[in-house]
Amino acid sequence: MSTLFRFATAGSVDDGKSTLVGRLLHDSKAILADQLESVARTSAERGFGGEPGAIDFALLTDGLRAEREQGITIDVAYRYFSTGRRSFILADCPGHVQYTRNMVTGAATADAVVVLVDVRKGVLEQTRRHLAVVQLLRVPHVIVAVNKIDLVGYDAAVFQQVAADVAALARDLGLPDAHVVPVSALAGDNIVDRSANTPWYDGPSLLELLEALPSIDELETDLEALRLPVQLVIRPQGALAPDLLEQGAETADDYRDYRAFAGRIESGTVRVGDSVQVFPAGVTTTVTRIDRGPVAVDEASAPLSVSLSLADDVDAARGAVIAAAGSLSEPRRELDAAVFQLDPRPLTPGSRVLVKHGTSTVQALVADIRGRLDLDTLATTPAGALEANDIGLVGLKLSANLAVEPYAAHRRAGAFLVIHPHDGATLAAGIVTEGVPA
Amino acid sequence: MTDTSNPTGRVASASEPAGRVASASERIETSAPGLDTGAARPTRPASAFTSLDALEAEAIHIIREVVAEFERPVLLFSGGKDSVVVLHLATKAFWPGRVPFPVLHVDTGHNFPEVLAFRDETVARLGIRLEVASVQDYLDDGRLQERADGTRNPLQTQPLLDAIAAGKHDAVFGGARRDEDKARAKERIISLRDEFGQWDPRNQRPELWSLYNGRHTVGQHVRAFPISNWTELDVWSYIEREQIPLPPLYFAHERDVYERDGMWLAVSDVSRPRAGEQVERRTVRYRTVGDLSCTGAVLSDAASLSEIVTEVAASSLTERGATRADDRLSEAAMEDRKKDGYF
Repeated sequence: MSTLFRFATAGSVDDGKSTLVGRLLHDSKAILADQLESVARTSAERGFGGEPGAIDFALLTDGLRAEREQGITIDVAYRYFSTGRRSFILADCPGHVQYTRNMVTGAATADAVVVLVDVRKGVLEQTRRHLAVVQLLRVPHVIVAVNKIDLVGYDAAVFQQVAADVAALARDLGLPDAHVVPVSALAGDNIVDRSANTPWYDGPSLLELLEALPSIDELETDLEALRLPVQLVIRPQGALAPDLLEQGAETADDYRDYRAFAGRIESGTVRVGDSVQVFPAGVTTTVTRIDRGPVAVDEASAPLSVSLSLADDVDAARGAVIAAAGSLSEPRRELDAAVFQLDPRPLTPGSRVLVKHGTSTVQALVADIRGRLDLDTLATTPAGALEANDIGLVGLKLSANLAVEPYAAHRRAGAFLVIHPHDGATLAAGIVTEGVPA
Repeated sequence: MTDTSNPTGRVASASEPAGRVASASERIETSAPGLDTGAARPTRPASAFTSLDALEAEAIHIIREVVAEFERPVLLFSGGKDSVVVLHLATKAFWPGRVPFPVLHVDTGHNFPEVLAFRDETVARLGIRLEVASVQDYLDDGRLQERADGTRNPLQTQPLLDAIAAGKHDAVFGGARRDEDKARAKERIISLRDEFGQWDPRNQRPELWSLYNGRHTVGQHVRAFPISNWTELDVWSYIEREQIPLPPLYFAHERDVYERDGMWLAVSDVSRPRAGEQVERRTVRYRTVGDLSCTGAVLSDAASLSEIVTEVAASSLTERGATRADDRLSEAAMEDRKKDGYF
C-alpha cells in the first residue's frame, strides 16, 4: 500500500513552474486522455508556440476562467497523482502575486517544498524569500529544482555554481534538509527518470526524491509526546447507532454510559493504560479505551482520528487538550508569535481579534507589533502596522488560557489563525515563537 | 525504507560539518545511486499506515470540526459513491452514536430507480432523517423551466438553495473532490457561500494547517468537503477496504443503451435514442451517478469491488470525461455552476 506525501511548488514568474507541474503529472501518467485532449485543443486554439502538438501545461493547473483569460495563476491549486509507492498531494503555489499568502497556504501542511530556479538566472531575491518562508514554517524538506538546464547545454559547471549558491543560502537560513536537482521541465530531464543528458549528475530524479523523503507523519511524530485537542465529546445515551441497537439490549446497555473525547492525534502515540493530563484543568487520569470508529484498538498514533475514554469523570469539552502526563507546560494567556499577514486590512497594535488554535477560539488583543521581518536580510525592522504579505513579530494577549507550544517544537500545536471578530475573515496565520531563539 | 548511507542528492544542512554542506560537487562524484532522505531522526515503518488511513483521519477530523462548530449541518446525499463514502466516514466519526445530522437529496426527477431504493434503505438502516428538494415540484408549478437539452443538473441549484434556507442549514457537507475538475481543484475544504449561495473563487479564505475557519454571518453558509483530497481511485480503494454497500449500477450489468457523443446512455422514460441511434444490449457499469438523462455508462465487465479498483487504476479517462455530458458544455462549466451556488 502506498503512503501519502504532501508537497508544494514555488517559483518566480517564468521559472517554468507550470510546465514542471504539468510534466510531473504527465510523465507520472496522472493526466488522463480526456484532460490531455482538452488541454491540447485549447493550446492549439490559443496558438501556443513551439512545434505542432505542443501542449501548454499551464492550462492543466490554471483552473479558473480569470486565470486562463489573463494567463496568470491566482490561487493555490491542488493536484493529485500517485506512483506505486506513494500518493501525492501537490499544492501548486503561484509565485508572483501575493506570494507570501500562497506560499504559506501551500507550505503549511507540506512534507516538502519544491522551489524552482532558472539555471540562467541563478538564486534570486525571490528564491531567498521562498526559502525563508519554508524555514519559518519548518517544512521538513526542500528541493531546489534548477530548471532549464537544457538551455545552458547541460553544462555541469553552470549547475554546480547554482548548487553551491543554494547550499550557501540554505546554510544561511538554517534549512535542515535541502536537495538540488538539475532539471528541464520542458524536455523532461531528471523529472521522472534520470537523464542521459546530465551524466555528471548522479543524484535522484525529482520524482525519486519525492518518493523517498519521509513525510512528517513518518518522521518522529510517533516518538513525540501525545497531543490530542478535543473536538467534541461523544456521549450517545439514547441516540445509539442503529446497528448496535439491533445487536440486542445487552449490547445497547454496554454503550449506554459511553463517554469519549473525540479528536485527531496531533503528535505522539496513545496506548490503553497511559497516564494523560487534560488541559486546561491539568487533571491527570488514565486512558481506558481507544476507538477508531467501531474498532477498539490498544494504541494509536498521529495523525489518526480516534475517541479516547478516560478513567475519571473529567470535566472537559471542545477546546481541551489531552497530553501525555507531565509533557505540556502551563497554558498561557500571553504569547509571542510571528504572523504572516494575509488580509489587505493592516494589523495594528490594539486590534481586537479572534485566535483559533487547535479546537479553541478565543478573543485576543494585539498588544504590540515588534517589527517586520525583512526576508532579504532576515533582520527585523520597526513597523507600526503589518500590511498584506508582511511577516511580523507580535505580542498577543488572550482572553483565556491556551495550551500553546513553540511552533519549533510542535508544528500543529504552535500554529494558529488570526480571525476578524465581525466578518470572520482570516486576517493572518501565526506561529508561536516563544522559547525559540530568534 | 530508505538508504541513508549515501549522501547522494543532499547538498546542505545547517547542523552538519562544512565539508558535508558543500556537497554539490561531492554528490557529482558519487557513483552509487541511492537516496539520502535526510532522515537523521528515526522514522516509523512505511507500512504503519497507508494513504487511505491518512485520508480517512483527515476526513473524520473535518466532519467532527463542522459538527462541533455549526448549528445545523446537513449532508448532500445522492446515493452516489462519494456521498456514500462521506456518510460512512460520519458513522465512524460519531460511533457508537448515530450520525448527528440529516441528509438532503436534490431530486432531479431523473433518477435511476435502484439509486432511490438504495437511498431509502440507507437512511432507514442508519436511522437518519432524509430531506428531499424536488426539481420536479419546481417544474410543475413553473418556478423552473425544463431546458432545451433536457438535462436537469443545472436546475438543481435553486431547489438546493431553497432547501438549505428552509432547513436553516449553516453547513452543507458534500462529496466533491478536487481531482474531479479544474475549478474544484481551487476550492477550499470549508468554502464560504454568500446570501445567494454563490462561491467567490477570487476571494477565498486561505486554509492553513488543519485549522478550518468556518465563521460566517447571518444568511451565509459553508460547504464542507471532507474528501477534497481523495481521488476516484482512493474512493474505490476505500469502499473495497471498508466493504461499503453501493447501488448495484456501479457494478457490471446488462442494460439497453445507445451511444451518443461517445457515451453510453441508458434507455429510460427520460432518455430515448434519437433517429439513427442504435439501441444495444451491452454489459456496462456506471462510474458516476447523476441525472439519468445525461450520465453515461461505461462498457465494463467489472462486477466486484476488486475488479472495479483494477479497472479505475488502469482507466485512461477521468470519470467526468467518461460519463458527464453537462461538463462538456465548456471549459468553465463547473466553475460557472459553482458560482451560482451549485454543489
